[in-house]
Amino acid sequence: MNILLIAVGGFFGAIARYFIAKKLPSISTFFVNMTGSFLLGFLMGVMPPSKWSLLLGVGFLGSYTTFSTFKVEIIHQFREKKWKPALAYMFLSYFGGILLAFFGYMSGLRL
Amino acid sequence: MNYLAVGIGGMAGSIIRYLISLYSINLWSGSFPYGTFTANMCGCFILGLLTGLNEKKEMIPKTIMLGLGTGMIGSLTTFSAFSVETVQLYESSSIYIAGLYVLLSAVFGLLLAWSGFYIGQKGSEKVVVNK
Repeated sequence: MNILLIAVGGFFGAIARYFIAKKLPSISTFFVNMTGSFLLGFLMGVMPPSKWSLLLGVGFLGSYTTFSTFKVEIIHQFREKKWKPALAYMFLSYFGGILLAFFGYMSGLRL
Repeated sequence: MNYLAVGIGGMAGSIIRYLISLYSINLWSGSFPYGTFTANMCGCFILGLLTGLNEKKEMIPKTIMLGLGTGMIGSLTTFSAFSVETVQLYESSSIYIAGLYVLLSAVFGLLLAWSGFYIGQKGSEKVVVNK
């Protein structure tokens, strides 16, 4: 049952990420990672672990955000010798993602 | 068709990630998020490899690449869990453990994505030359 919930969430999460990649080609990975970090933080704050958090958290948001594409994009920037944009991209992703997860968690707790 | 390929890949990737995290709880105790870490590191290497293979010439057809790369590996790895776990590590353990998690993910993720890419590209060159 748990696997099924995660599968459904993962199906739609990946599709949502792909949809955004088509609409916002250049910043889509950054966009999904930041919004997803906030939303997962919020979800963890607003409810205890449950079937919903498996569907929405592990399944949907886990799939909606991606770590591998982020890393491969940086490898491409390195190969094109775009050192500064690559460093900025890394810094903003880690700093922004963790901060947004924290704000999401705090606002979830307050709700 | 492309959306379906991404969706099915996403389904497989998220199930694998869940299974890795279930098994990692049995293997290692403690608060360090080994599950997400393992999934993210494996995914960086495999996506690097797939991207490297397709760099010079399209070795893997587009729809399969979308299903495997964007769908499956994209979903196997996750940034949201990484961010939230960092916040949780900071709250439950210490800022040093949280910092270590970020540092290890950042450094090894890059190294693995790069080595995958390098191996994939070398492999595809061989195939192109042999043809």
